[in-house]
Amino acid sequence: MVFEYAPSIESTTILKLANRYQHFIGGKMVAPAGGKYFDSLNPATGEVVAQFAQGSKKDVDKAVQAAQNAYDKIWKKMPAAERGKYLFRIARIIQERSRELAVAETIDNGKPIRETRDVDVPLVASHFFYHAGWADKLQYAGLGDKYSSYGVVGQIIPWNFPLLMLSWKIAPALATGNTVVLKPAETTPLTAMLFAEICQQAELPAGVVNIITGDGETGKELVNHPGIAKIAFTGSTEVGRIIAQSIGNTDKALSLELGGKGANIIFEDAPIDEAVEGIINGIFFNQGHVCCAGSRLLVQENVAGEVIEKLKKRMSLIRLGNPLDKNTDLGAINNAPQLAKIKELTQAGIDEGAEFWQAEVNLPTTGLWCPPTLFTGVWQSHRIAREEIFGPVLSTITFRTPEEAIEKANNTPYGLSAGVWSDKGSRTLWAASKLKAGVIWSNTFNKFDPTSPFGGYKESGWGREGGRHGLLPYLKSSVKG
Amino acid sequence: MMRINIDSTPSSLKSFLNELPKVDQVGAAARAAMLATRSIKNDSKKKAIDLAISMVDLTTLEGSDTPGKIKSLVTKALHPDPSNPDVPHVGAVCVYNDMVSIARAELDRIGGQSIPVAAVSTAFPSGRASMAVKIQDTQDAIAAGASEIDMVIDRGAFLSGDYKLVFDEIVAIKDICGQKAHLKVILETGELVTLDNVRKASYLAMAAGADFIRTSTGKISPAATPPVVLVMLEAVRDFYNTLGIQVGVKPAGGIRTTKDAIRQLVFVKETAGDLWLDPRFFRIGASALLNDLLMQRMKLQTGYYAGRNYVTID
Repeated sequence: MVFEYAPSIESTTILKLANRYQHFIGGKMVAPAGGKYFDSLNPATGEVVAQFAQGSKKDVDKAVQAAQNAYDKIWKKMPAAERGKYLFRIARIIQERSRELAVAETIDNGKPIRETRDVDVPLVASHFFYHAGWADKLQYAGLGDKYSSYGVVGQIIPWNFPLLMLSWKIAPALATGNTVVLKPAETTPLTAMLFAEICQQAELPAGVVNIITGDGETGKELVNHPGIAKIAFTGSTEVGRIIAQSIGNTDKALSLELGGKGANIIFEDAPIDEAVEGIINGIFFNQGHVCCAGSRLLVQENVAGEVIEKLKKRMSLIRLGNPLDKNTDLGAINNAPQLAKIKELTQAGIDEGAEFWQAEVNLPTTGLWCPPTLFTGVWQSHRIAREEIFGPVLSTITFRTPEEAIEKANNTPYGLSAGVWSDKGSRTLWAASKLKAGVIWSNTFNKFDPTSPFGGYKESGWGREGGRHGLLPYLKSSVKG
Repeated sequence: MMRINIDSTPSSLKSFLNELPKVDQVGAAARAAMLATRSIKNDSKKKAIDLAISMVDLTTLEGSDTPGKIKSLVTKALHPDPSNPDVPHVGAVCVYNDMVSIARAELDRIGGQSIPVAAVSTAFPSGRASMAVKIQDTQDAIAAGASEIDMVIDRGAFLSGDYKLVFDEIVAIKDICGQKAHLKVILETGELVTLDNVRKASYLAMAAGADFIRTSTGKISPAATPPVVLVMLEAVRDFYNTLGIQVGVKPAGGIRTTKDAIRQLVFVKETAGDLWLDPRFFRIGASALLNDLLMQRMKLQTGYYAGRNYVTID
């Protein structure tokens, strides 16, 4: 008698999709000045999810103006505890609409419903709850009583965690008293527009949050707008660098959360079975579209055989397919250019002589997919050991001693995340003190919490998000230097 | 892969067990929690329920057990749902030593020859008796017709580091079982407490010749917690991959609902693999569980819940 899992598809009836979504400016849904719209596709099917407004300079102007008005007339003057109440209200509505948001995110992004339901949306709510609590306690944020908000903050977020990145941006900005113009990614604008509805439902004062949809050009207008006091960006290091250059001669403040090539280090005394789970979670969570992914597996040579054997067996159990199936582990690749990039780098790995292995899976006939992929015999000078692939592709590098592990882990222009697997507390603490990474996980990987600051060293970013540290990029010291 | 090469001197046994990879408790619990989110519906659920019924070790281990109670139990074991002849019979019945002959005779009388009788043994549940008593206990059960022996390990010896004593006891009982009875070794994980101990005890039992490793007596709580079952399934999987010997797993204690039982099958499928989805290699020690499985089975067939009076109490 064979026991297989029958399809268990999450119903989508809870989500009432509009054909078209407008910009959210000054508390209202506003048609784009240029009258243009673009499609957002479901990456698992290729079908159009809905149309979204293409933002232009005029739209950005209007949104910045609305944010400035709201800042001057309402938000700046409002008692901090009242600001906090709005954030609490938003957090509760997110919880109430959690199933709808999870379904929407899965359809627009391609990630499995298990992750949107169990990870993304609960974290979104918890980010708003956490920051709601901070709103009237900012004198304990580290600047004493001498702080102030910036004013209008421009925020640009990526497609890998659309709603979660929105919450990481908007919650601290509002808690610290700023108003916001946010641009979601071109391929995943849906949940941002549902969030706009939530702002209306929460009766957030008009103009405190404005959302403009569009492509890179829209983002450029936002970055270069003179009315913006601060830019917060999450995305590629390449774009982050352009943003830093373009505002270099202005007095705009900047925080960046960029790429990574995280080292997941398995020492010989690691709890092997849990480490294998951690490797899986490190690179196959969210199709590997994770800036802090554990995309470099550093494994001690004397246990590498056992680890790789177990890893391959475990990778063969990964269930790839319809993201709305509650038993799916690995969903669709978000967009075609990203899939092309993954394929290019995978080919580079093969061409450079690394050993290539993929789990046997039946890929669906429509949509964008990549099987779980493993490279062994990877060395520091391979492209797949250095460049961010941002997909379900793992590069395995071996090391002989703890010192060598640290040296290899740090030998990258990035510095966002690392994982250390060992049963020996002293070794873990030693490794953590040597690793140049903003987040270091011990015997776990890809765990997020709003109380914990997140951000990068080196080319992985400036500033932190979450925790007390995550408030500081949204506050300026009012002590004149 | 792992080295499994035990000469049974106390020091080599100890160093073998101490060299096993450690278990991270948080990670094991997280994996179990993730697997618990698997959604088993429709056809899969139907198959899972029948598979689970065929894996139940239908158990009564009470001081108040009587011949009448045992006869009632074995009748239910053979025909879990008297109005539905397509319901499979359970995996085995599990009783105390002195009830074995009654259970065996009654099963034979009513046509249940294919259902084995399992006897708990070696001074179950505490295991606090002399080796002579434990041997006698086992010999009695086999003589009375038990074809499965569920022995308890000496947890006191294990916790004091005397792995050799535990090992030797299992070997001695296994010798008595010989070809006549399958040996299930009860680790009583609720008393071993840590997952590292669960892994060590699993290997100790397998190395000493266990055919099955069983979580608990059912008399101690916690019993078959998800992380414990997960670690034991990893142990039998790795033992099989290294030596080619397939040892079974029997969680017992605390598995009361169909949902719990299906979770066990998901653990098996995604940890040890499909080879263990077989009553010869996976059993669930339970009493109340069977009725919940039957009620859910009726629900799938008829579309509504029939209520308690439509299943037999024992």
